This record gives sequence, C-alpha cells and structure tokens, in this order.
Amino acid sequence: MTDPTPTPENPTATDVEPEADGRVAAWKLLAGNPVTLFSVIVLVIILVVALLAPWLAPYGVNQTDVTRALQSPSAEHWMGTDDLGRDIFSRIIVASGTSLQIALVSVIFAFVIGVPIGIISGYLGGITDTVLMRCVDVMFAFPVLLLALAIVAILSPGQLTTMIAIGVVFTPIFARVARASTLSVRVEPFVQVSKTMGTPGWWILLRHILPNITGPVVVQTSLSLAFAILSEAALSFLGLGIQPPNPSWGGMLFDAQGFMSQAWWMSVFPGAAIFVTVLAFNLLGDGLRDVLDPKQRTLAEARRKA
Amino acid sequence: MQLSPKAVARFLGTRLLHSAIVLLGVMIVVFALIQLVPGDPVRLALGTRYTQESYDALRAASGLDRPLWEQFFTYIGSAVTGDLGVSFRSGQPVTALLLERLPATLSLAGVGLLIGLLIAVPAGIWAALREGRIADGIVRITSQFGVSIPDFWMGMLLILVFATGLGWLPSSGYIPFSESPGGWLRQVTLPAVTVGTVAGAILTRYVRAATLDVANMGYVRTAKSKGLAPSTVTIRHIMRNALVPVLTIAGIQLATILSGVIVVEVVFAWPGLGRLVFDSVASRDYPMIQGAVLLIAVMFLLVNLIVDVLYALVDPRIRLA
Repeated sequence: MTDPTPTPENPTATDVEPEADGRVAAWKLLAGNPVTLFSVIVLVIILVVALLAPWLAPYGVNQTDVTRALQSPSAEHWMGTDDLGRDIFSRIIVASGTSLQIALVSVIFAFVIGVPIGIISGYLGGITDTVLMRCVDVMFAFPVLLLALAIVAILSPGQLTTMIAIGVVFTPIFARVARASTLSVRVEPFVQVSKTMGTPGWWILLRHILPNITGPVVVQTSLSLAFAILSEAALSFLGLGIQPPNPSWGGMLFDAQGFMSQAWWMSVFPGAAIFVTVLAFNLLGDGLRDVLDPKQRTLAEARRKA
Repeated sequence: MQLSPKAVARFLGTRLLHSAIVLLGVMIVVFALIQLVPGDPVRLALGTRYTQESYDALRAASGLDRPLWEQFFTYIGSAVTGDLGVSFRSGQPVTALLLERLPATLSLAGVGLLIGLLIAVPAGIWAALREGRIADGIVRITSQFGVSIPDFWMGMLLILVFATGLGWLPSSGYIPFSESPGGWLRQVTLPAVTVGTVAGAILTRYVRAATLDVANMGYVRTAKSKGLAPSTVTIRHIMRNALVPVLTIAGIQLATILSGVIVVEVVFAWPGLGRLVFDSVASRDYPMIQGAVLLIAVMFLLVNLIVDVLYALVDPRIRLA
C-alpha cells in the first residue's frame, strides 16, 4: 500500500520564480518522462472506458446465464464468466466507474477539509497548531483500514459510507502535508513583508501560502487516489463497500475465493484491474514529485538539458 | 555530545506525555464509536434475537442506560484497568477474546515485517549504491509494483499458485507455534509472504532514500578517499547510519502492516484480530469492535514510543531537536 506518512519538508518557495529565468515548464518536464507519460495515457484510457462503460460492456452486469457459468476466457467472453454466468469483462469495466468515482469523491473530501486545517495550523502556530496536530496524531494512531471499518460499522455499508470512511481517514494526511509546507513558506521574506504591510491573515493565506504549497499537495492527491482505490477494493472485498449485486473489483475477488481451483480467471482479472489503476496513479504521483519538488526538479531539469 | 541524565529524563518525560495525550484522544474516539451509531446499538445488535428482557439485560450490562458523562468516565476507568466490557454476541469479556486472538496476529505481523526487512534492506542499499543506473531503476519499478498490488489479491494469487496449483502449502488455517513449530511454519508462510512483500516494497523506498542521504555525506567521501575497501565503507560507514531512520519507519509501517493483516487474515482464514474485527462488524458487536480498535491503536502507539526512545538513545541529534 501507499505510504500514509508524508515527508515533513518540501520547501516549494522556489517554484514561484517566473518562467522567464530559463526554467522549464512543469508540463514539459512531465511529458518528457516516459513512465509518467505512459501512466497518464493509461489513466486516460481507464477514465474513458469508465465513462463509456454502459455502452462498451458487451453484456449486462447482472445478466445471469447459469448454463454458461464458470466458462474460461473465450472470444465470446474475453475474461470468462463467473459462477452465475455473468460476463467478467462487462462487470470489470462497469465497476471501474464506481471505483474511480469513490476514489475521486473521497480524496476531494479529504482535500477540502484537510488542506485548510493544515494551512491554518501551520500559519497560526501556537495553541491552535498544537491542538489540531494532536488531533491529527490521534487519527494517525489508527490503521487506515481499521478506522474505515469502524466508520462502516457505525453507518451501514454502501457507496456513500465508503466515500465518507475513506475521506475521513485521508483527511489527516492532507492536513499534515499542507501544514509541513506552510511552515516552510511562512518564514519566507515575502510573507513576512506582506505581514508588516498589514495585509489581513486570510489574504496572506490565499494569495501567498496556498499557491506555494500546491506542489506537495498535488503529489499527495495523486498518491491518495491510488490508495483510495486500494481501500475501496479492500472494503468491498470484506463485503462492507459496494453492495452486491452491483459490481465492484473487490466484491468480484471475494466471490472468486470460492472458485479458486475451478476458475482462475475470476480471481486474476478483477485484481489485475485494481493493480493497473493503482500503479498508474502511483507512477503519476512519482512523476509529479520529480517535477514539483524543487530538490528533485533541479535533477529533472539537469537531465533534460544534458 | 555527552549523554546527560537530565536531558534523557526530559526527553523521556516529553515523549511520554505526548503519548499519554494521544492515548486519551484515541480512547475518546473509540468511546465515541458506539455513541455515533444511528439508532439504538443494542437493538441493532440483537436483531432478530430481540426480546424486551434480553434488551434490558444487555443494555444494563453494557452501561448504555447511564448518562453519557458517567459512561465516558466508566469506560476510561475500566479500559485503563484492562476491562473492555462484554461482547454483544457471546456475552464474554472483550479483553479475554482479544488476548486469545493476539498471538495469531502478532506472529503473522512479526514474520511479515521480518520478511519485509529482509527484502527491503539489501534491495534498498543495493539500489542506492547504484543510483541512476539500470539496477536502481529495476528496484524502483519493482517496489512500485509491490506498493500498488492489493494485498488480498496477492494472497489469492499465492494460493492459486502454491496451494491449489502446486499443492506445496496449505491455503488456510492456523496451528499455534507451541503445538507444532513445523505446522505453524507451513501455515504462516503464505500469509506472511503476502504481508511481507507489500511491506518490503514500501520499506525498500525508505532504505534507498536513507542510504542515499548518508552516502552523499562528507565523511563517506573521506572514508572512500582514505582508500578503504568499498565493502568496509558500505557496512561500517553507510549502513550503520542509514539503518537508524529505517528503524523509525519500520515502526510507523506497523500501522500499514496491521491494516494489511486484517484483510490477509480474511483471505487465509487466519484466526487473529483482523478476522475478529471482520466478524464483529458483520454482527454489529460494537464493544468487540471498540476493543479491537483500541488494542491495535495502543499497540501502534507503544511500538512508536519504544522506537522513538531507542532512536533518541542511539542518535543524540534527535534529542536536540
């Protein structure tokens, strides 16, 4: 699984320098990295398939046909059929939409709540910072999946609960990343000068702090999307995420457990779908880190110029 | 830096106080779990077994009929003394049920972490010493694969190959070490490899980064220019310092491992805490869920406290921070 503990230091202050000083645009650096480019292409394909799934799926997701149960992959059923004769390929591509939707909503939730907490905590410092960060420490004491499980146990399982559960457990991660970056930007001369000029606090946060901490936060977003997909799959696997008969990658793997010796395709393809999607988000996150982290960026620029 | 007893005592004091505050927060969250259940948790837990008598009995036994503040202080008070209430499902003390499951989980997590370190330490150091070369690229990509693979799927693939396919190892079940060490080893291998591979992939990246940090330091260059053998430089100068931060990360990583263990236990029918949480969520056994969540969080806090203290004793720079 992805690392839930963010690195503490990511001074991004140098990123504000204008392009005119001979720096390479971020997107150019990104596009120049074959691994990143490849992961973006894979993600675009997954997104398009997810959006067009209802039209692309050759069979209905719950179209059962017991006479065709447990068929191995063939021209008719590319990824075989499950124990009820449902087409696995159709179920996988329809489930991709649900997975991406849950991942996006929960990460946006964590972002919208966590980033302001982190910025305020880091900017104000003092007692506010201490209290907020102790709360974050408390959240970090629970393994992610365990906390999500507990939340699902309180609210009843389902798509909305899954989004809330993943969103809540990811919030402290964003808070920590945003706080760490804010701490390093806060002491920069341009912030200090702005303060002495009597600029209101909210304006400094919005105009000076926020734009300068985007790098680490964007990287964290990509990595969190990867981890959110893994978490949703795990919850659905445990029967606590997406509820049957709606297809989900995790749920399909749970069903496959009873047919390990008869139908390998039931366990191989849904897992591969999770793996490829998560890998693409992780590789994108790595590529973004290389470009958006100033220390790494110098390396990336040097390589490009060489 | 001389180790002054006063500085050590002050560090220990601050660190202990910090842990105590976080522990209190953890207990508040765990206490709140049952209060946040929409509707009546006792009614929900009883389900079809509901009768007015059983309802009143369970409600009184769990203390849910008392005022909230009283419930809170009773909960904290009993939890500190190791009393976590009674299970809604079996009526037995939660603490006893948890302790019964603990050895299975600890043995799985422990062997898993060991496998993870056995993969990560050599792979991470090897990659760092060849930074930017093909070997480094291969290790980085492979570790990215390991980070991205869902642990339960990895477990299923291992079962597919080594249990149902080749028939070398059992696909599920547990034998306590005390009963038969050989049997235990056969049972623990597949789940521990599952847990260890994922943990190893994450740890590899930290070992690599830590080694790189150290390898670029001045004293390493000095050691090299003195004409020391590369193996001496690696072992005596780089590894000794690079492995200190890795110790901390391994502690933090324990949380991820415990997360993974929950799902892996379900895949391999491993009778540990994860399996217990899973069953308790399904049967809405709230005191059981609370107890398990609290126990796992406390284990995590404890391990990190120990690691931090050891770390500070080994590396005086930390205490100055």
